[in-house]
Amino acid sequence: MKNAYLGVDVGSVSTNFVVMDEKGEILHDLYIRTIGQPVNAVQNGLKELGKALGKEVKIRGVGTTGSARNLSSVLLGADVVKNEITAHAVAVSQQVPNAQTIIEIGGQDSKIIIMRDGLVTDFAMNTVCAAGTGSFLDQQAARLNIPIENFGELALKSKNPVRIAGRCAVFAESDMVHKQQLGYSLEDIVAGLCEALVRNYLNNVGKGKEILAPVVFQGGVAANVGIKAAFEKTLKTEVMIPQHFDVMGALGCCILAKDATRNSQTKFKGWEAAEFKFRPTSFECHGCPNMCEVIQVFENDVVIARWGDRCGKWSNASLSTEVS
Amino acid sequence: MKISFPIMGNSYLAFKQLVKDLGHEPIVAPLPTARTMSLGTMYSPEFACIPFKILLGTYLEAIEMGAEVIVSSGGHGPCRAGYYGILQQKIIEDLGYDTKIIIFDSFAKTYKEFISKLSWLIKTGNKSWWQLYQAFKPTWAKLKALDEIELLSHDIRPFEINTGETTRVYRKCLELMDEPVTKPQILEAKEVCLKLLKDIPQDQSRVPLKIGIIGEIYVLIEPFANLDIQATLGEMGVYTERAMNLFHWLTENTKVSHQEKKIIKAAQPYLREKIGGHGINSIGETIIYAERGFNGVIQIAPFSCIPEIVAKGILPQVSQDHGIPVMTIFLDEMMGKAGMQTRLEAFVDLLQQKRDYKLA
Repeated sequence: MKNAYLGVDVGSVSTNFVVMDEKGEILHDLYIRTIGQPVNAVQNGLKELGKALGKEVKIRGVGTTGSARNLSSVLLGADVVKNEITAHAVAVSQQVPNAQTIIEIGGQDSKIIIMRDGLVTDFAMNTVCAAGTGSFLDQQAARLNIPIENFGELALKSKNPVRIAGRCAVFAESDMVHKQQLGYSLEDIVAGLCEALVRNYLNNVGKGKEILAPVVFQGGVAANVGIKAAFEKTLKTEVMIPQHFDVMGALGCCILAKDATRNSQTKFKGWEAAEFKFRPTSFECHGCPNMCEVIQVFENDVVIARWGDRCGKWSNASLSTEVS
Repeated sequence: MKISFPIMGNSYLAFKQLVKDLGHEPIVAPLPTARTMSLGTMYSPEFACIPFKILLGTYLEAIEMGAEVIVSSGGHGPCRAGYYGILQQKIIEDLGYDTKIIIFDSFAKTYKEFISKLSWLIKTGNKSWWQLYQAFKPTWAKLKALDEIELLSHDIRPFEINTGETTRVYRKCLELMDEPVTKPQILEAKEVCLKLLKDIPQDQSRVPLKIGIIGEIYVLIEPFANLDIQATLGEMGVYTERAMNLFHWLTENTKVSHQEKKIIKAAQPYLREKIGGHGINSIGETIIYAERGFNGVIQIAPFSCIPEIVAKGILPQVSQDHGIPVMTIFLDEMMGKAGMQTRLEAFVDLLQQKRDYKLA
């Protein structure tokens, strides 16, 4: 059996898995939709991977990232839990060692990471606005009845992109509707939207950052050739899309998991964790007027984790403590 | 009279005693919670900053508890905080309460008003100026002791072996510091607290990263407003120092200390104008932290705070010239702890990598 590492990135829109061997080669990757159910997504992915690789590889380490990194770490028994920025940067420094700028646009957040000599020197994430991220593009594609896969191709056909107000997702939609009613062609509107989103990204997330080539573009939205073209047009430089652009966070976790387990045994619960009965529940703590919503995760009727409280009363409590 | 005051860090313990010693009944509003925030947000203009909203919420909670007078401090220079007391008074009146807000502005600029407000407080409490002077001494001692205890807790937290223990001991210290009244009693309680903190099991072999925290004074000092940034970083094993503490601010404003001059001088190559609030301080403090060998600086500020926005615009240049990474976090009532946590973790990773690279 081959030794391998498992990386899982559970985001708002997709849940991504990568299994990497000792040499850093990717044995398998998986991109599935989270559909608001991270527990199911993680278990379904694990089941599929177990079927495909269970007989060939032995998992030596597990890493998780993404907005559900804590939840997925208790489901899987992770050896390392990392924020998305570090996970993405680690993957890029392995795949594109000379990269100086990373543009990452996912389902609901977008980031910029500035690298110099393989080290992160600065980063930013979108704060108040999700215009320009994958979910907004998804929604507009659905509204225009274009499969999201063809969205970018359509944009490339445009000769005269329309100027769309991209500051805010809601107003961008109104503006698109307005331009449609005036009679602009669909491809010009779609191309205009791509440019507006790129403008919005550079003005908000990328503000004040020194964007130097080579620029790497990754995350689910990097599949959109229209957005890629708009970045190249605005930045006046080639934008590189790594082969595994859609699972870079998970790949970063594999690398981190390999590092973390160099001198220790993995905490991985095994492929059979796909069959465990996990049940996340929540309750409101009435200890003070903060009324924190505390999350607790059950594994076969035993509490295995709690979080969500401001004061640490529950997250630090022994897991056998009864909850009223 | 029933007198209340803003909650800002642990200072309420000292102000509570001062009000009592002046012959009034202190009303200590609850420490800010989600309820304070929603009360404050509900009755504030949407674009007011987060200190305004939390303070208004605190005042409303104090009024519910029967406060007749609220004593607060003003601001100076081109920062909106200077008008906040007046606006909060109007909002409270519109809500149908007759609670009065008394604002003490900088003594040097408004000494006549300052004295007449003070004399009113003394008279209504049936006390004399001599008694005020007497009451002032233990208050001063208590503020100083509270600062010392809090600072020590931040020093110890990155070394604690059991995560969360420092925070638990610190909470107990606040209870202990509530009781003493006279100066010798305060000093004695302080020693007990310092010992409790020092007795926390620690791993002194760690070499924590050092982060300086700069920005707007209220969000710096009140942990509810900054989502407990210092404790969060401390529990991640990072040593933090924040640019301002309440006692320190009081000594600057009463001209007992002149630290601020040094900070403003350090900012000169980048900014020569005072731009309100503590904007210029943020520049100077970043430079001083860099010179002191800190690994990074985090600027925290209320969303829409003009002085800090101006400072943020200058900080990338300071960061580049002095080789110190700087991250800015704007805070408002929409800010979630998860987003903050992700940014802090990523920033700490960045600093760690930079340090490892330097050492390698």
